[in-house]
Amino acid sequence: MSIVTVQLGQCGNQIGFEVFDALYSDSHCPQGLCSKRENEVYQASCKERFFSEEENGVPIARAVLVDMEPKVINQTLSKAAQSGRWKYGQHSCFCQKQGSGNNWAYGYSVHGPRHEESIMNLIQKEVEKCDCLSGFFIIMSMAGGTGSGLGAFVTQNLQDHYSNSLKMNQIIWPYGTGEVIVQNYNSILTLSHLYRSSDALLVHENDAVHKICAKLMNIKQISFTDINQVLAHQLGSVFQPTYSMEGSYHYRRNPLGELMENLVPHPEFKMLGIRNIPQMSENSLAYSTFTWAGLLKHLRQMLISNSKMEEGIDWQVRPPLSGLPTLGKVSLNRELHFNTSIANLVILRGKDVHSADLGGFKDPALYTSWLAPVNAFNVWKTQRAFSKYEKSAALVSNSQFLLKPLDTIVGKAWNMFASKAYIHQYTKFGIEEEDFLDSFTLLEQVVASYCNL
Amino acid sequence: MTQSVVVQVGQCGNQIGCCFWDLALREHAAVNQKGIYDEAISSFFRNVDTRVVGDGGNISKGKICSLKARAVLIDMEEGVVNEILQGPLRDVFDSKQLITDISGSGNNWAVGHKVFGRLYQEQILEKLRKSAEHCDCLQCFFIIHSMGGGTGSGLGTFLLKVLEDEFPEVYRFVTSIYPSGEDDVITSPYNSILAMKELNEHADCVLPIDNQSLFDIISKIDLMVNSGKLGTAIKPKSLVTSSAGALKKQHQKPFDAMNNIVANLLLNLTSSARFEGSLNMDLNEISMNLVPFPQLHYLVSSLTPLYTLADVNIPTRRLDQMFSDAFSKDHQLIRADPKHSLYLACALMVRGNVQVSDLRRNIERLKPSLQFISWNQEGWKTSLCSVPPVGHSHSLLALANNTCVKPTFMELRERFMRLYKKKAHLHHYLQIEGMEESCFMEAVSSLSTLIEEYNQLDATRSMPVEDLPRLSVAV
Repeated sequence: MSIVTVQLGQCGNQIGFEVFDALYSDSHCPQGLCSKRENEVYQASCKERFFSEEENGVPIARAVLVDMEPKVINQTLSKAAQSGRWKYGQHSCFCQKQGSGNNWAYGYSVHGPRHEESIMNLIQKEVEKCDCLSGFFIIMSMAGGTGSGLGAFVTQNLQDHYSNSLKMNQIIWPYGTGEVIVQNYNSILTLSHLYRSSDALLVHENDAVHKICAKLMNIKQISFTDINQVLAHQLGSVFQPTYSMEGSYHYRRNPLGELMENLVPHPEFKMLGIRNIPQMSENSLAYSTFTWAGLLKHLRQMLISNSKMEEGIDWQVRPPLSGLPTLGKVSLNRELHFNTSIANLVILRGKDVHSADLGGFKDPALYTSWLAPVNAFNVWKTQRAFSKYEKSAALVSNSQFLLKPLDTIVGKAWNMFASKAYIHQYTKFGIEEEDFLDSFTLLEQVVASYCNL
Repeated sequence: MTQSVVVQVGQCGNQIGCCFWDLALREHAAVNQKGIYDEAISSFFRNVDTRVVGDGGNISKGKICSLKARAVLIDMEEGVVNEILQGPLRDVFDSKQLITDISGSGNNWAVGHKVFGRLYQEQILEKLRKSAEHCDCLQCFFIIHSMGGGTGSGLGTFLLKVLEDEFPEVYRFVTSIYPSGEDDVITSPYNSILAMKELNEHADCVLPIDNQSLFDIISKIDLMVNSGKLGTAIKPKSLVTSSAGALKKQHQKPFDAMNNIVANLLLNLTSSARFEGSLNMDLNEISMNLVPFPQLHYLVSSLTPLYTLADVNIPTRRLDQMFSDAFSKDHQLIRADPKHSLYLACALMVRGNVQVSDLRRNIERLKPSLQFISWNQEGWKTSLCSVPPVGHSHSLLALANNTCVKPTFMELRERFMRLYKKKAHLHHYLQIEGMEESCFMEAVSSLSTLIEEYNQLDATRSMPVEDLPRLSVAV
C-alpha cells in the first residue's frame, strides 16, 4: 500500500527531499546484511510504498510539493533531478509568487481557500497513481506561515475528501529560541487545528535534533541540511519495510494503518515522539559494535527518563513499583521524572533480530492502567539492516514525551497573548481573539490529559 | 518571486537611490554569471528590448537585453535627477518614470506636501500604476527620502497616503534620513515633525537613519585604514564605502560613502527574498515579526562587517565578532544604544557561509546582555541567505524594534518646540493653502503619543517577569 507525501513550505520541502533521499539510499544500500533475494523484496516493498515508476525506470517520489513562493521548490526539484537516482514528478508542484509572511492566518484563511482546488487536484492525481492508498504524510513546520497555516487547512481538506485514508502529520517543533518571533502563536493555532483533523502528530524537535548533531554526530558547523538528514534517518528507520508478523518473511503492507492502530487508541492522545539508537557519525560507526541487549536497555531508559538521545541518559529514573496506586496529578513544576506511556512501538532492524529480548518494554509499570501491555506494546522486525547500521532500533511512543514542550509553548503564547502583541496581524486576515482562545482551551485540555496519565 | 518598486524623492532620496541602483547592478552582475534574466534580478529590474518603441518591450525570460530599474524618481528641482540621467546609470532609468519641477520646495514641508502634492498627484498616480503594471506580483514599495528638507519630507510623505489608498495590499517600507543636531536647514525640526505624523499613520515600516551616525561610521573606517593597525588585512575600497564602479571616483563627496551604507542596507534587507538560503525571510515577514503593535514600526538597523578583509577563510572568532558588533552602539545607523534599552523584537539577517549552529551559538552568547520585553523574551527572527554580498564572505544586518529610538524622537520634539515657541519661520508654512497652526499641533501630539507608548514599555523594565495564570480546564 502506498503513502502519498505532501510537503508544505520551506521546511516541509527541505525535509521531504532528505526523507526520500534517505529511503532511496537505504533501499539501494549494498550493506543490507541479508540475502540478495531478501534485499530485492525489501526494495520492492519500499518502492511500492514511496515511489512510482516512470518508463525509463527512474523512480518518482509519491509526493506533492506545495509552497507559496518558488525558491525552495525550485531548489528541491533540481537537487532531486541532479542526483540522477530518483526525482519528483514534473507536475507535482504547486507554487505561488508571494509567501505567507510567517502569518498563520494568511496561510490558513487566504492561501488555503484561494488555492484549495489546485492543491487538492494535484493530490488527487498522485493518489490515482497508487494501486492502493494507505494514507498521507504531511510534512510541515509549526513556526512559519505556509507549513503551519496552509498545512492545517490542507489537512482539514484531506479529512473531508479522503475520510477513509489515514493522515499522519510530521510536524517540526521550532527551536525554543527564535526562528520566528510569532512562532508560539503559529504553533498553538496549528496544533489545535491539527488535533481536530489529523489522525496522529509525529513530532520532531529542532532543539533535540540539533543536540544529536552536536553531541552524537560530532558535526562542528551544523546546517539545516545536517538536521534534516538526521530527521530523515529517524523517519526512515520507522517506515522502511518490516516483516508482517513474527516468524514471517513477508513485508508488512500497511505500516501507517498498523502504527495508528497500535499507538493512537484514543483521540485525545495523538502526540507521538520518535527516538532511535544508535545515531553516530560514520567515522565512529566503523569502530563500534552493538548488542541487542545493550541497545534495548538504552532505548528503554531513554523512554522512561524522557531522554531525547543516547547521551546524558538519567539512569536514576525507575518505573513506579507495580501494585502501588499511581500518585494523583503530577505537578508540572516538579521535574517529571518518570515518563508514562500509553503505547509504544519498537522497530528493530539488523542481524539476529529475532534474538532480541523485549521483555523490558512489556512491563506494565511503564504504561497507564487502562491499556494492557499486550495491547500497549508492539514490535516490528526485519533482518535487513538499515542504512549502514548493523543493528538499529527505533521507538515511536505515545507518552508524556511532548508534555513539557507543549506546556512551554502554550505558556509562552499565553504570555504574549495577554499583551495582545501581534494580534492585529492575525485579525487582519480573519483569525480573531476568540480563535486564539479556542486553541488555548483545546491545548490546555491536551496538556491536562497527558499530565494525568 | 515578488517585485519591489523604489520611489526616491528629493535630493537626498535620489542620491541614495542612485547609489542603491549602482550596487544592485554590481551585485547581480557578480552573482548572475550567465547573463540570464532570472527571478532574482526581476525583483528590482525589468528586462527590456530597447528596439521596441513604446511599452511593449518587456521580456520576461531568456538573456538579459537591457535592464531597467523598477524605480520612480521624483524631485521638485532638476539638478540631481539631471545629473543621474547624464551619468553612467542613465540607461538604467526609464525616462518616463520621472517627475521633476524647477523651483524646488524651499526646504518647506508644506510646499512639498500641499502645493506639489496637489499639483502632481495625478502624474504620481500614473507613474506608480505604470510601474505596478510591469510587475507580476508587486510586494513592496521602498520609499527613500530625508525628513529635514521640503521635497523628500513633504512630497515623500504625501506619496505614502497615495500608496496606501491605491495599493493597500502592498507594503510601504520607508528609509528616512533624520536631521542631525547640527543640520544646516533651520526649519528641519518643523519638516521632520510634520513628516513624522505621516510616517506614523501611513507607513508599514520605517528605518530611521541619521547623518551623524553614518559620518561616524565612515570616520571610523577611515581611521582604521589610515592607521594601518590591521596592516594589509583591510582593503580600503570595499563595496560598502566606495562608489568605485559606475559612479565617478574623483569627486567623492563625503555623502557618497554615507549613501553607500544606506544602499547596502536596502540590498541586504532584500537579499533573503531574492536569493536562496536554508532559512528564507521574505519582506512581508519583516513586518509580521517586528511590528507587535501597528504604531510601533520604527526599526533601528545595524550592518556588519563594514570593511572587507583580505583573507576569506575567516576563523570562527571573527564571525562571532560580527554578531557582537551588530549590537554595539557604534554600528547603529541612528544614534541609539539598543543594548541599554528595551527590545521588543530583533531580526538577524545573515548572508554568506554561516550555518544555523553559528547563529544559535551567538544568540545564546549575546542574549544575557540584552533586555527583551517580558512577553517576548525570545523575540528573535532569523534568516540565512547563502549568497554573500560582493566582496565579503558573510555579513549581518540586524533590525531592532527597540525603545532606543525614543531619545531621537524626544530630541526632535525639543528642537521643534524651541522654534515653535518663538513662532520662528512659521509664516512660510502658514501662508500655504491648507496649512494651519492646528497641523503643527496635531503633528506634535502624534509624536508625543508615540513617545508615551515607548515610555510605557520602558516602565515595564523594572517589573519582574512573571508567568501569567493559565486557563484551567476541568479534566
